Amino acid sequence: MSDQAPSLHRIRLHYTRAKELRYVSTLDMQLVWERTLRRARLPVAFTQGFTPRVRFHMACALPLGFTSTDEVADLWLAGDAGTAEVVEKLNAAAPPGLVVKEAVEIPLSLPALQTRVEYAEYSVLLSEVPDGFDLPASVEKLLRAQSLPRTRREKAYDLRPLIDRLEVVSSTPPELWMRLSAREGATGRADEVLLALGLDPTAARIERTRLVFKED
Amino acid sequence: MRNAEQIERQLDRILLKVQKPGRYVGGELNQVLKPWDEVKTHVALVFPDLYDLGLANLGLAILYDQINARPDALAERAYAPWIDMEAEMRRAGIPLYGLESKTPLAGFDIIGFTLPYESLYTNVLNLLDLAGLPLLSSERDARHPLVIAGGHAAFNPEPMSRFIDALVIGEGEEVIHEIINTHQAWKASGEPREDLWIRLARLPGVYVPCLYEVSYHPDGTLSGIQPTHPAAALPVLKRVVAQLPPPVTRFLVPSIDIVHNRIAIEIMRGCTRGCRFCQAGMVTRPVRERPVDEILTAIDDALLHTGYEEIALLSLSSSDYTNIKGLVEAVSSRYRDQKLTVSLPSLRIESFSVELMEGLRELRPGGGFTIAPEAATERMRQIINKGITSEQLLETVRAIYSHGWLTVKLYFMIGHPEETLDDVQAIVDLCQAVLAEGRRICGGRARVHAGVSTFIPKAHTPFQWVACDSVEQIHAKQDILRKGLRHSSFKLTWVDPAVTMHEAWLSRGDRRIGAVIQRAWQLGAKFDAWQDQFHAETWLRAFADVGLDPDFYSHRMRAQDEVLPWAHISTAVRTTYLKEELRRSQQGILRADCRDHCVACGILPGFNELRMNTPPEAWKCPPVSQVKAR
Ligand code: SF4
Repeated sequence: MSDQAPSLHRIRLHYTRAKELRYVSTLDMQLVWERTLRRARLPVAFTQGFTPRVRFHMACALPLGFTSTDEVADLWLAGDAGTAEVVEKLNAAAPPGLVVKEAVEIPLSLPALQTRVEYAEYSVLLSEVPDGFDLPASVEKLLRAQSLPRTRREKAYDLRPLIDRLEVVSSTPPELWMRLSAREGATGRADEVLLALGLDPTAARIERTRLVFKED
Repeated sequence: MRNAEQIERQLDRILLKVQKPGRYVGGELNQVLKPWDEVKTHVALVFPDLYDLGLANLGLAILYDQINARPDALAERAYAPWIDMEAEMRRAGIPLYGLESKTPLAGFDIIGFTLPYESLYTNVLNLLDLAGLPLLSSERDARHPLVIAGGHAAFNPEPMSRFIDALVIGEGEEVIHEIINTHQAWKASGEPREDLWIRLARLPGVYVPCLYEVSYHPDGTLSGIQPTHPAAALPVLKRVVAQLPPPVTRFLVPSIDIVHNRIAIEIMRGCTRGCRFCQAGMVTRPVRERPVDEILTAIDDALLHTGYEEIALLSLSSSDYTNIKGLVEAVSSRYRDQKLTVSLPSLRIESFSVELMEGLRELRPGGGFTIAPEAATERMRQIINKGITSEQLLETVRAIYSHGWLTVKLYFMIGHPEETLDDVQAIVDLCQAVLAEGRRICGGRARVHAGVSTFIPKAHTPFQWVACDSVEQIHAKQDILRKGLRHSSFKLTWVDPAVTMHEAWLSRGDRRIGAVIQRAWQLGAKFDAWQDQFHAETWLRAFADVGLDPDFYSHRMRAQDEVLPWAHISTAVRTTYLKEELRRSQQGILRADCRDHCVACGILPGFNELRMNTPPEAWKCPPVSQVKAR
């Protein structure tokens, strides 16, 4: 290594995850990204240590089965690269389903991305609802509830405070929009909301449309 | 039959209920998805175990590349769904499908299974069933795809012969094209299916079981294997490519974590060492190397296409690659700064190997150093033809520890012919001696891993006539190892004797064993390669139900004049040579590496013409004229 340390840059990426990557876990997504970065031949910065890893942090896990039109991640580069070039190179190297929409250089000093996520917004297309199911009434009833006790992975919790907004976009075809808490340790899941409504999440197409961050 | 869109829609409903759903959707980087109607021949390549294991299979990667390079054909992939997914698929009525287009396998023209090892056999049956196809070749008809198979286990094709229409013996790179061409010509001809068998049988290296008849003596041994049609060759000579084609560089890159995430480049095929137990060493001759430049270009290309962080340079014996030093130096200088790992398996036991690995040091964070002495006494090594001495081994071990490796991994095999308990005790003693060296050089942190497998006399090797150890003998030998290597500085791994027996029955079996495989599958056997899924009782019951004696296959010393179940298959290594090797083994006579001095194993007369038309330097076997002159 040369004595002169290359200048470090922090780039914030916005990207989509289409259906080809629906069944990729967050851990595996890190690997998908590392390989994409290697293929793109960008001057990626590595972590220190015995097994150096690419310095790349995703804002927030995307549950298995979901697609997303707006994921956010921070990438550190050890050298100059224009953001337009970053977008171009990444898209040329990306696997099917991954498209980088935007790259912006941000100050190195900003706090970790994961600590800044406040809400996540989802659009839910339901391919079928049970006969006679009244979607608007069920949504209204759910929102009126003081608490929604649920159990996930053998852990009891209250879903209600995690739902910020829930709206019926259309009844035919049935479509919902929701904004759920996405803070560390207080994350609402769109599939849990569907279950609470009495709907089958495996019959739904759930897409994350936006992550909402706290002001830095 | 369901179409692709229906399957895709149904998959969305079930995939969140199963573990690792990413195994079942395809769509990986470098996948080739061709419009179905634009090609004539549709081939499904199947690895009969999990996606996690199959994706990295180099044989299938080569065929996928070869077939998809043709404008008139496409290749898709299928793997065995894990038990949870299979249950969901059966419940929803989803048949096995090609990952690329989601087309049901039954809709393909050709289904090709790779059979790298025998413990995958029941999975083949299960996958045929999951594809909605009759298991038996004789029960399938013109509506069904042609079912072919190849791979190392196919060197004894008989156990699977009732399920597979045609088996490729040997290397598939060229013959796969001939099979596709033949299939196209047959389809255009409108002839019945029997005509396809005859056309296929005419291709060198293709074995069509239904064109051969096997007869038996009253004692159960074979009396003969005869072709029933003039097109069927006797023997079926294995296929080899004169020169290795350029390596695959557009490897599929999965989006989920699997077993081997790496670029695999074969630097050399074949081996001239002549270890007498080693089937690979006998069946992959002649030795052909890839030039250093071709390897480096391939690595460059593959890194660009995959972004993988690991490179495996594959061969049966890395140290024997002619310019191994140059290759290692080039790899290490070129990739040093890229945070990559490079593995170089099967190094000879000599200090030079340590120097080689040292050259790759920066590309190999962590890990131990592996060497394979196979046996611990001079006597045993003479029997198996592993010409090293214990002193050489200890010297190498000293070099390994001195260069800073803390763990030495030693591979041994128990159950070799004429092995005694003393020979096994010697493995313990040798491991102790190795650890003592380690302690002396790097203190208490030194470790020894002993991986001890159990010998199975494999087809086409000098030991093909000998019997396996009994289960009791194996237990007794493993007890010695477990007792002797108890200390926490040792790590010992061994193979369950039941697993060894299973592999022995299936690899040494004849045509009748097919009924046992089928019965075992009916009784629920599948994923036999998985320790927690393998049930020896199921297999014993299957043998009993079919009325065959498993010991007949595993524990009987076969007479030198017995017609072996694979007698109609030729690797070009002559039976007389194998017999001579067995005799030398019994007399404890070593056979030198034939690289410098041909010992006439049979490869040259077997592939005389091929050799004549191949440049002298392309094979390690001498040019043909030279042999004649001798
Ligand atoms: S033909 Fe000669 S050189 Fe070639 S593998 Fe056989 S013994 Fe070795």
